[in-house]
Amino acid sequence: MMAYLLRRLRDAIPILLGVNLLTFTLFFVVNTPDDMAHMHLGAKHVTPQAVAQWKTEHGYDLPLFYNSAHTDIDSVTDTIFFNKSLRMFALDFGAADDGRDIANEIKTRAGPSLAIAVPVFILGLLVNISFALMMVFFRHTYLDGLGVVLAVVLMSISGLFYIIAGQFFIAKLWHWLPISGFATGIDAWRFVLLPVLISVVGGIGSGTRWYRSIFLAEIGKDYVRTARAKGLSESRILFRHVLQNGMIPILTGAVVVLPLLFMGSLLTESFFGIPGLGSYVIDAIQAQDFAIVRAMVFIGAVLYLVGLWLTDIAYSWADPRVRLS
Amino acid sequence: MMPVVLWTDALIYLLVISMALMLYFQPADGQLREALRRLYQNKMGIITGWILLMFTLLALLDSLHYRPVLPDSPTPQYSIEVMSALDAVLQPLRAHNEKTYSAPLAQHLYVKENVTLANGLVVRDYPRLNIAQTPQPEVSVLLLRGTSWGMAAILLIWLVMRLFHVRHTMGAGSWVLIIVLLGTMLLISLAGHYHILGTDKVGQDVLYSTLKSIRTGLLIGTLTTLIMLPFAVLMGISAGYFGGWLDDVIQYIYTTLNAIPSVLLIAAAVLMMQVYIETHPALFDSSAARTDFRLLFLCIIIGVTNWTGLCRLLRGETLKLRELDYVQAARAFAVSDMRIMLRHILPNLFHLILISVVMDFSGLVLAEAVLSYVGVGVDPAMQSWGNMINAARLEMAREPVVWWPLVAAFSFMFTLVLAANLFADSVRDAFDPKGHA
Repeated sequence: MMAYLLRRLRDAIPILLGVNLLTFTLFFVVNTPDDMAHMHLGAKHVTPQAVAQWKTEHGYDLPLFYNSAHTDIDSVTDTIFFNKSLRMFALDFGAADDGRDIANEIKTRAGPSLAIAVPVFILGLLVNISFALMMVFFRHTYLDGLGVVLAVVLMSISGLFYIIAGQFFIAKLWHWLPISGFATGIDAWRFVLLPVLISVVGGIGSGTRWYRSIFLAEIGKDYVRTARAKGLSESRILFRHVLQNGMIPILTGAVVVLPLLFMGSLLTESFFGIPGLGSYVIDAIQAQDFAIVRAMVFIGAVLYLVGLWLTDIAYSWADPRVRLS
Repeated sequence: MMPVVLWTDALIYLLVISMALMLYFQPADGQLREALRRLYQNKMGIITGWILLMFTLLALLDSLHYRPVLPDSPTPQYSIEVMSALDAVLQPLRAHNEKTYSAPLAQHLYVKENVTLANGLVVRDYPRLNIAQTPQPEVSVLLLRGTSWGMAAILLIWLVMRLFHVRHTMGAGSWVLIIVLLGTMLLISLAGHYHILGTDKVGQDVLYSTLKSIRTGLLIGTLTTLIMLPFAVLMGISAGYFGGWLDDVIQYIYTTLNAIPSVLLIAAAVLMMQVYIETHPALFDSSAARTDFRLLFLCIIIGVTNWTGLCRLLRGETLKLRELDYVQAARAFAVSDMRIMLRHILPNLFHLILISVVMDFSGLVLAEAVLSYVGVGVDPAMQSWGNMINAARLEMAREPVVWWPLVAAFSFMFTLVLAANLFADSVRDAFDPKGHA
């Protein structure tokens, strides 16, 4: 098993390199650093000096892949590709356009992101599974039919609507909770509650539908028939046997997104003014700060691969038939 | 007038034509016909299908672009502004532009202004809207008039059908048509006299913007999957069929693409495209061409982040299919790989492809709004629900609340997405041979 996991780790390296190469192509080959300088300096009549200075300030005044000014190892390392892309493997993300260190910023912003994402994840899982189980328990009745229709209706509503309507009614009209903002420490709950609530409600539709289909697939299997033949009550079958077996695909599906919780949620964070990584990304996109976008792409890819890795482990742990080799 | 064919116009009509051809030259085994019959027997499928068809017709009308002739010039000269057939149809909605917000069916503007009274006095009051300058009939009168027009139209259709001995039983589809007909008549009778859904910040009719946004939503929902579909199908099938190094390469490609959070990839690509457009202004001769290019590019890049799921699914299915007896038999008879893939594998994957295209649609329509909010969606100058929501959400803080642009955009989007979701379920039930509960 150890060997398998190590091999997966090794396989991740070319993928990360590919991600790097792709973003590098997007950011430096499709548009040259000169284009970017023009874009940032804005005005139509930019002097070549200003462009050159902007490039020097941001470290874009180097050749892309090969620096012919050097003959030793520097000919490879003193390039944009090495400085801007390969350095990320050492978690060295450099500075953003406003001069702040990206790695440091990410560290401080991960906390607020997790404060929203983790409760949403856990609460969402609990709520969706309970609803799905209830619908499966009442399957082939009007209650189940109603639930299915309701789920489709809920998942057809834009996520923006949940946020805007929730903020408008709960915070602005009824003043139950603050409309946006964030505080550290124990006081944070007042700011966290509304975004978490809205995110959970927004996810009920698709989540419930998905889990219901998993449980329904499970309930058609042979072991359920056997359990019924043994005379077990329907609720005992559902809540013990089906739930336990259905949890395998549900948990392994959930494990994939576990590391990505660090990234936070773009919409929720920016609407509620949570200083997390999601709003960091949105701000960077709107300010066209490419260094931050590049860094977040890399981190996102790493977290995704970690998620795949964890899924393998979770599978072999939850399902004894699966052997990693 | 001078016709203008934008890239997305061409693609959407190509799509319609190819779908018509596919229906006409369908395989002789009748499986497609059988599946369509099942779809047609599903009440939900019919109702939602008709609703989607209405949206599609509006979008197709909106995809016929032209540049109108400028009036009073000796030699024919064409306006810079690119119009569409839908604009011409919706002329009554465009005729009266207001200064700024006005509530649905209002007669006065939302904000106070200096108004000169008949006796020369200047007071601060809510000015009358441009549309209300001529005396307006009461709303109830217009509603009654619209209803009677609708009834008359239905009666006429019924009479014509009786006259030509068309046999028809009233089904769910007919009811949808009747409701749509009535609604259209009501809108027509109201449109010239009131802003039915109010006006937005720059005084444009909200109903007009919402109707124009349909095209954007539909294009993002369809073109995105269809642009990348050939790649997904080709790569998925060949990875599963040939295996070996080709499989490794294709798996590597889609794992790499999957590893990048899709919003970030879209954001990165769109930001880069913005730089490209700004540094190459010569390539785009009109603002319509520029917004259209941006829309097309957005479709492509969302497609790039989206095709990996289908590719993986097709690869897995092909892996199973190629071990089946009839494929083995075809191989034993030395049928070429190309022919096996085309004749024996692709037809058995067809339902999966179709279902995945239909299932993706609603998610993409919703994604457009989110991307526009993030700032990497369609061009800000383009009419889209995302842009409408984005422009209107800050107005929720005003007193009294400006709610109508948001409600209009959300309810149209909701109708389309709900119809698409329900239709997708019907399509899945009708086309999936395994059947679902």
